[in-house]
Amino acid sequence: MTQSSAQLGGTQSAGTAFVVFDHVQKSYDGVSLVVKDLNLVIGKGEFVTMLGPSGSGKTTCLMMLAGFETATHGEITLDGRPINQVPPHKRGIGMVFQNYALFPHMTVGENLSFPLEVRGMARDQREAKVKRALDMVQMGAFLNRRPAQLSGGQQQRIALARALVFDPALVLMDEPLGALDKQLREHMQFEIKHLHESLGITVVYVTHDQGEALTMSDRVAVFNDGRIQQLATPQDLYERPDNSFVAQFIGENNRLAGVIEDISGGRCLVRLATGEVIDATPVNVTTIGAKTVVSIRPERVEFKPEMMPAGVHTIDAEVLEFIYMGDLFRTRLRVAGSDDFVIKARNAQGQRVLVPGEKIKVGWHPQDARALDP
Amino acid sequence: MIPATPELLKTADGRPLREALVAAQARSKRKAFLLVFPLLVFVLLTFLIPIGYMLKRSFEHDGLSKSSPTLTAWFQANPEFDHMNPPEGAFAALVTDLAQMQADKNTGMAGTRINYTVPGSISLFKKGAREAGDMQPPFKEAMLKLDPAWGDPALWYGMESAASKWTTDFYLVAADRKLTATGWERGDDKQRIYLYLFFKTFLVSGIITLICMLLAFPVAHLLAVLPMSKSSLLMILVLLPFWTSLLVRTTAWMALLQEQGIVNDALVALGVISNEGRLSMMYNMTGTIVAMTHVLLPFMILPLYSVMRVIPPSYARAARSLGATSWTTFRRIYLPQTLPGIAAGSLLVFILAVGYYITPALVGGAEGQLISNLISFHMSKSNWSLAAALAAMLLAAILLLYWIYDRLVGIDRLKLG
Repeated sequence: MTQSSAQLGGTQSAGTAFVVFDHVQKSYDGVSLVVKDLNLVIGKGEFVTMLGPSGSGKTTCLMMLAGFETATHGEITLDGRPINQVPPHKRGIGMVFQNYALFPHMTVGENLSFPLEVRGMARDQREAKVKRALDMVQMGAFLNRRPAQLSGGQQQRIALARALVFDPALVLMDEPLGALDKQLREHMQFEIKHLHESLGITVVYVTHDQGEALTMSDRVAVFNDGRIQQLATPQDLYERPDNSFVAQFIGENNRLAGVIEDISGGRCLVRLATGEVIDATPVNVTTIGAKTVVSIRPERVEFKPEMMPAGVHTIDAEVLEFIYMGDLFRTRLRVAGSDDFVIKARNAQGQRVLVPGEKIKVGWHPQDARALDP
Repeated sequence: MIPATPELLKTADGRPLREALVAAQARSKRKAFLLVFPLLVFVLLTFLIPIGYMLKRSFEHDGLSKSSPTLTAWFQANPEFDHMNPPEGAFAALVTDLAQMQADKNTGMAGTRINYTVPGSISLFKKGAREAGDMQPPFKEAMLKLDPAWGDPALWYGMESAASKWTTDFYLVAADRKLTATGWERGDDKQRIYLYLFFKTFLVSGIITLICMLLAFPVAHLLAVLPMSKSSLLMILVLLPFWTSLLVRTTAWMALLQEQGIVNDALVALGVISNEGRLSMMYNMTGTIVAMTHVLLPFMILPLYSVMRVIPPSYARAARSLGATSWTTFRRIYLPQTLPGIAAGSLLVFILAVGYYITPALVGGAEGQLISNLISFHMSKSNWSLAAALAAMLLAAILLLYWIYDRLVGIDRLKLG
């Protein structure tokens, strides 16, 4: 657990480099690049998620690592060994597919036994390993069932067990929970996380679900347009996004466009189009007069005067809509001419309920407002 | 909870639930029936009735029974007479009937009926009928004097059987049985053509099915994995033979494969074979197999393609990631999943091949003829009952195959497209 707490602090993985993407490029048509200059070092025992919208290149990266696609340029190494020329069956990488890919003509036991058989393992040894893998995912009773007789969640567990049964050091998962309903998905997230911790395997996980990425990963690589936009721990990613794409893609966020008026001591003042001035932290803006977009998380916006941090600018707001969400109150405001400024407040005892039409002032700690590229 | 006695359930207004359900569904069921009714009539008129009629014909022939009331009555009265030495009464009945046949001018039909089981009987009957009116008792001596063949026990077995219009004679002939002095026996090996031809037909069909399977598998796989634009072009090439007349295709094979054909010319020109050593690939079994394989290939490709198209590539990828070589992946993962397609294609091609007529008739020569050509031969010779018996046996064999297939593979796993 020391490793993951160290990562929460934002440092690189302490483990040795296990998977390395070195200047990897991929093109399918020879005209455009799907993956543009990918550099990624994954430490042994790490859980790294590739997160991004569809078409961002994340699945292509996974397929190159698994050996189903070849890199057009660059080198991928696994445990110090270049694997560009190694066929998939010799890479020894476990893989869980999006639709599980359980062989429909084999029973659960035969499915799990398959990777052991092709490795020439003796029957009694195989049976012991299959049983252990099934017990690991609490599916011991389903040995003789066919995949079609199992529910989605059960198939998911079998697929997981099959990818782990031959003790691979690296397991790839390609949106494995995409087909499950919300509750089951959340349950499986924890189970996969616990398996990862107890087995000490390295996991590369692909998803487009940011909640899943934040919940499970040691580090998340946010992909867009064939590049890694940010590689960071979930906490850093959420609280300290490097650019507007990451801020926009991870979680909900309020965007206020303006111009830098002053920068000093890691703080800046931003003048909005409507004339108001707000405090922010400059991230990838450096010059006075540059255009910027300030990103603020809805739950970090304060509206109660007594909670407002001292010495910061506040800004006028009008309540437009109040939505009761159970655990949260979600309130939509008009701020600086924009109608979609959202604040979230916990449904705590005595929490103030804002009424549409009400005029309030909102403010925030400067470190929670990040001035990013426009 | 499910109630223990569902029949007691009632609707809100107190009608029994089951009755209400039937009433509610009756209208849509009636509609559905009306929709399929024209097809039902069509199938009944053009398929079931002719097949029923054919089956009846294979058991029925009244060529003799219609014109031999006296003889029929005598056979019924003397069920256990000595065929080696029929008594005077039998001859007397025979002479009476022959005389009547001469008067009614239907001796030919009776003779033809007996001729099916005892060859050479037509002329015997005609000669007998001509003389029968003037004959005096004892008829036995007179008839034997006219022609000793009238004493042939096989003839008497044949007449006894033909005296009833319902008969299994044609099946016995189709099974290569022969009437002898002691009744139905296995025929000489040289004359046993029908069962041999059945066997040959099934063997050739099996070979064609196997060749089709080997040729179709890669093509279907290519169709299934190629991008849409390329696969539709390939699909047109596969379907092109379907849009060409069968006769044209077969004739094209004749142009290609005959001794003075394109293939032989090319081989001679290339010096592979000498001009004297031209290969005979036409008007024999080779011609039949080549042409029929070509004609039937799409019937194997299409079911295979329809199965392969829906096998996700992730199965093969999963197998590879689990450590299987490409050959193991094919053998253990891909091939088993294509089995319903292989089974459907094989069944289709085999059944079509077993009943094929035009192609073997045109390119088969003497050696490449199949059972359907023989059926056609007997129909052209007006031996409808034997043709029907052979066809019924073919039908039974195919139904048997279908049943075995159902037991082994399961008909619900069949995918025809």
